[in-house]
Amino acid sequence: MHPINFNKLAAPTPSRREFLIGAAATAGVFVLGAYIPFPKRAFAQENSGMAKGIYDPNVFLKIGTDNTVTLLSKHFDMGQGAPTGLATLVAEELEADWSSMRIEFAPNNAKLYNNLAFGPVMGTGGSTSTTEAWEQMRQVGAAARMMFVTAAAKQWQVPAADITVRKGVLRHAASGKTATFGELADAAMRVPVPTDVPLKDPKAWTLIGTKLPRLDSLDKTTGKAVYALDIRRPGMLTAVIKHPELFGARVASFDPTETMKIVGVVDVVQIPTGVAVLAKDTWSAIRGRNMLKVTWETSQAETRSTTDIFDEYRALAGKPGVQALRRGDATAGLKHAVKTVEAEFTMPYLTHAPMEPLNATLELRSDGAEMWSGCQLKTLDEATLANILELKPEQIKIHTLYGGGSFGRRGSFSQPGNPVGDWIIELAEIVKTIKGRAPVHLLWTREDDIKGGFYRPMALHKVTAGIDAKGHIAGWQHATVSKSIIMGTAFEPMAVKDGVDATAVEGIADTPYAINALSVDWHNVKTPVPVLWMRSVGHSHTAFVMETILDDLAHLAKKDPLNFRLDLLAQQPRDAAVVKLAAEKSGWTYALPNGHGRGLAYHRSFNTRVAMVAEVSVKGKAITVDRIVAAVDCGIAVNPDVIEAQIQGAIGFTLSAVLRNQITLNKGVVEQNNFYDYEPTRMPEMPKVEVHIVKSAERPTGIGEPGVPPVAPSIGNAIFAATGKRLRHLPLTL
Amino acid sequence: MITLKVNGTSQELDVNPDMPLLWALRDTLNLTGTKFGCGVAQCGACTVHVDGQAVRSCTITVGQVAGRTITTIEGLSGKVADAVTKAWQQLDVVQCGYCQSGQIMSAIKLLTINKKPTNKEIDAGMGGNICRCGTYVRIRQAIHEAAKTLA
Ligand code: FES
Ligand code: FES
Repeated sequence: MHPINFNKLAAPTPSRREFLIGAAATAGVFVLGAYIPFPKRAFAQENSGMAKGIYDPNVFLKIGTDNTVTLLSKHFDMGQGAPTGLATLVAEELEADWSSMRIEFAPNNAKLYNNLAFGPVMGTGGSTSTTEAWEQMRQVGAAARMMFVTAAAKQWQVPAADITVRKGVLRHAASGKTATFGELADAAMRVPVPTDVPLKDPKAWTLIGTKLPRLDSLDKTTGKAVYALDIRRPGMLTAVIKHPELFGARVASFDPTETMKIVGVVDVVQIPTGVAVLAKDTWSAIRGRNMLKVTWETSQAETRSTTDIFDEYRALAGKPGVQALRRGDATAGLKHAVKTVEAEFTMPYLTHAPMEPLNATLELRSDGAEMWSGCQLKTLDEATLANILELKPEQIKIHTLYGGGSFGRRGSFSQPGNPVGDWIIELAEIVKTIKGRAPVHLLWTREDDIKGGFYRPMALHKVTAGIDAKGHIAGWQHATVSKSIIMGTAFEPMAVKDGVDATAVEGIADTPYAINALSVDWHNVKTPVPVLWMRSVGHSHTAFVMETILDDLAHLAKKDPLNFRLDLLAQQPRDAAVVKLAAEKSGWTYALPNGHGRGLAYHRSFNTRVAMVAEVSVKGKAITVDRIVAAVDCGIAVNPDVIEAQIQGAIGFTLSAVLRNQITLNKGVVEQNNFYDYEPTRMPEMPKVEVHIVKSAERPTGIGEPGVPPVAPSIGNAIFAATGKRLRHLPLTL
Repeated sequence: MITLKVNGTSQELDVNPDMPLLWALRDTLNLTGTKFGCGVAQCGACTVHVDGQAVRSCTITVGQVAGRTITTIEGLSGKVADAVTKAWQQLDVVQCGYCQSGQIMSAIKLLTINKKPTNKEIDAGMGGNICRCGTYVRIRQAIHEAAKTLA
């Protein structure tokens, strides 16, 4: 997912009084017109000036008489461990004992729990969780600690300055008085929230920067963690939907006769995007769907094949596009080039395929509606439900549960009315159609997920780049074609600037490399196939192209790919340091045996810098990735263990996309079905991974996504080193 | 009526014998620790033990397991299970956690028949379990760690 900067129009901070009067009743009103364009954010060099958040401990903390400290986490967890990170920040300043920390997901309330990087929207994504809450969560902890101290001072009749707090215990040394958080919680929470909340000197940190255990490990290793799929409501029906085979097709007619004969099936209803079968259990719903006969109206549908679509892209790439960047004069520069590379790259549609298939449960009541789901963008889901069910946003209650993976997929912002609807919309449509007579649990089966769209856009890049007589880059012309993730949605008027969707060219137009004659053109395309941000968004394809061409140019200049990059990063010391660290730890200068190769790639995304050196071995047409050494600079490492896990995971997640995954269309029909033909990485393929984190005193930046971009190009460059063959099409095949 | 012996208790179920065990566990017995990932024996998220064998509950039917001993993640006990879950926690293997019930069930089976698996044997024993979050590096470490505890 992509960070969105909605700061300017952030909701006004509610006063404590306002909160205490009506916390539950003041859901944020979601106004689309309030959004600020993406590009400002996407091209911003560093995180500057995050909006100030409220830090009232009453909003964020529940302290039990058993001394547990429960953080109402505004961020949910889809695997990246964000809530553990937030709890670390709170516990650090609160001086809580780590073993007393607990997590609950906060209710949907954008006024209280908005993402400070998103403005008036409660949501998790864009690798923003730790960075946006960096001050706020520490302030929550610090304010709470001050309130405890004030309460203790009053009770013990001693000066506040003489009270110390350690691991959840307050102590007055002179009198020997002690009290736990649990004992003082009631009194402390009545103390006015301090207005001036100084934070600890980093030298005094005892938790930040250490390997604290994740707070969700126990529940997730005992089957106790509750995901949306595990929700059971009285009288609940399970729904599955028959979708058209072609994107953009609509229901013409359907015959439920055979379906209704299946024991357990209760109803068959048409919704705008298909036909839903409702049953008493999941298996009966699936069986019922198998028997369902639907005819489709296909006049608006996508009926082309992948090769035809790439032909269209290729033709577009040869024409002038929307100008996304003009830095220097690339055309003039290329005239001085002594050697050039001119190359086309293709990247297929990819699907997120989170391990937990998409699903949610919705219950309609006389006074509102309640949903149980694991979704990234609560405020948007709230608006969607309110819109379809004709309720006010404050009548929508969302219970957030663990997300069984997402990678952007659970951050859908598909709008009602789109012919290809997403699951939350469909769930609301079903409940509306049956007039809310039962709670409905909608499940997209794995086949629905693989075939259902909302893909990482397929992309074609055309690059002409050259070096001058000194081996410096003389010019670089870059054209890219991909369907806009943002255009065609309700975000378009706000999130696209000068005709450019920033997510289409990020990683090129904002490259940290000193390429002085660079032009970037972009072409949008029209197709009913819905696209969506997938882990690292545009960077997931742009990094592959950038880093492959850089390798080409280094080769043409007869320079070491490492030194070639370091020269281009001379003005970017943080970036250069990361590249150097990865190279050094990989043993860059040591030769590998025949058939083996080492490849370097570097990419900055979400303000985090990641370099990778991949080692591959090639036998015939078989490519094995043996080892990947990564170096990361994501500012202060709040939890180095989680950072390491995210890099390991990003490699595991991306490897199958590099080696085999693709969604292809045959006359409009998606050719893949399930994990047997869209097969994620498996254990035997997982390379050795080494992760090195750069020590930093800078503000933490994202970590969920930045591990993805360097994976493909480092492997591609390693294959080139091993075989001399340059692969420019993903997945990589020899 | 079909009798299922799950986690040490016998239960009578009024379901179609062709229903996959997965859905009987989840929808009828409300044992939701066993997960649905693919429905076609490709991912291992639904792994349970039937008479000590690790099986994919999404493709074995209730009729096929009637009267046999079924163990799910909720019913684990014993030295191997303890060692595995502890190692998982100690190394913070989990990310989203959704695949991990199945991973743990497969790892327990592997360590039950092979006290000290090599990397190759771990690959073979765990190759049927997909983790989309890519936690494989730590799953491997955790299995070695559990093997050490059990030695
Ligand atoms: S759900 Fe049974 S193997 Fe995937
Ligand atoms: S931990 Fe998410 S799929 Fe394995």
